[in-house]
Amino acid sequence: MGQRIVIVNTGCANISSVRFALERLGVSVEVSSEDNVIKSADKVFLPGVGSAFAAMQSIEAKNLTATLQQLTQPVLGVCLGMQLMVESSAESRDGNVNCLGLMPGRVERLKAGDLRLPHMGWNTVKAQSDSPLFTGIPDDTYFYFVHSFAVPVYERTLASCEYGQPFSAALEYKNYFGVQFHPERSGEAGAQLLTNFVNM
Amino acid sequence: MLAKRIIPCLDVRDGKVVKGVQFRNHEIIGDIVPLAEQYAKAGADELVFYDITASSDQRVVDKSWVSRIAQVIDIPFCVAGGIKSVEDAGRILEMGADKISVNSPALTAPSLINELHDVFGQQCVVIGIDSFFNEASGHYEVYKFTGDESRTQQTQWQTQDWIAEVQQRGAGEIVLNCMNQDGVRKGYDIAQLKAIREVCNVPLIASGGAGAIEHFADVFKQADVDGALAASVFHKGIIDMQELKSALSAQGIPMRKRHSLGEGL
Repeated sequence: MGQRIVIVNTGCANISSVRFALERLGVSVEVSSEDNVIKSADKVFLPGVGSAFAAMQSIEAKNLTATLQQLTQPVLGVCLGMQLMVESSAESRDGNVNCLGLMPGRVERLKAGDLRLPHMGWNTVKAQSDSPLFTGIPDDTYFYFVHSFAVPVYERTLASCEYGQPFSAALEYKNYFGVQFHPERSGEAGAQLLTNFVNM
Repeated sequence: MLAKRIIPCLDVRDGKVVKGVQFRNHEIIGDIVPLAEQYAKAGADELVFYDITASSDQRVVDKSWVSRIAQVIDIPFCVAGGIKSVEDAGRILEMGADKISVNSPALTAPSLINELHDVFGQQCVVIGIDSFFNEASGHYEVYKFTGDESRTQQTQWQTQDWIAEVQQRGAGEIVLNCMNQDGVRKGYDIAQLKAIREVCNVPLIASGGAGAIEHFADVFKQADVDGALAASVFHKGIIDMQELKSALSAQGIPMRKRHSLGEGL
């Protein structure tokens, strides 16, 4: 379809799996940490696994903060990549790390009660509002999650999940989208969501 | 609701999937990539690949198959075997694995667990434990180098203590392989898994002994594990994945359902 799809090279580990998932859909992708390459893309993916503190250090070391804040095309943050999109996260030694501030919100440790952490495995997702990101994906579709921190449900929540407490499974604010789950590892449902994003 | 996971395990030697009985007499089952693809399509929730020769041969074997698997399957997978350092783990994760599982090297150098946690995050770090019930002492005992019979040895750890240690060091998930039951298809070691569940606050995966659908139902209902791993029942076609999941679902055990979705690209 001739689109330029760029995965931001955050230095985190799940870049290959996101790239392979997109290639399975028949689109070609580029992995880059260059300002001009990222800015000229039609769609941008912001992947990430690991801790918010380490990821923000890596992003700052690559001078990517301003680049990511200036994007106007659709951007999809995945897992930690989604968490980096809000203003701050509790995931650091002193309990606060500044994130990219692409949208309002804060990441907190999941309060899972008696349930085990990390929240790991397939769980159901419910859309909170209409969005092209969830076209063709019915409520209670299973997606694959692995995380211990999450954004609580708030006005930017696009879809929610429940594990001890409800939390944001997906966020939307202007051109920025984020999913807490791993669409690249969520079977047909994940492929549908990635297709929806690419088709935006 | 979080679904319980069904996890086929593929033991890998020299790029082929093999299966032994109580860790011995390995027979070749088939090529890795088509088998992985087949399980993903059949509805497996996750896959584990154990390179069973790596730790005991003191080498890191060719892992290029990890990348080939990451290209074709769309469910999470974990790679185990011969991961002795942050660099080893980094290579596997870069090739597209979601998690790495460490067994013997963590027993040799427990600080490896802390390092993996700090660099890659807790969600990547799976600790595999081979546990044997010693009838004489009445204790669950941890073994290492179980991939090679001639080098298999008992460690100084009792299983419950090792479980506490690995959690404190940053393990994100534990796969407990109950050696007395491995490969004999007489059911999971419910007594041991129940005992371990009480001291395990991270996801716990049962391994060793699956032979019938009821064994899966028992381990989820009685030991409250998060996932059940099995090899030969799937490789030999003794249990059909969809039949298993329907049966467990009918017994009230939450299983992932797959919806029919909209149009593709």
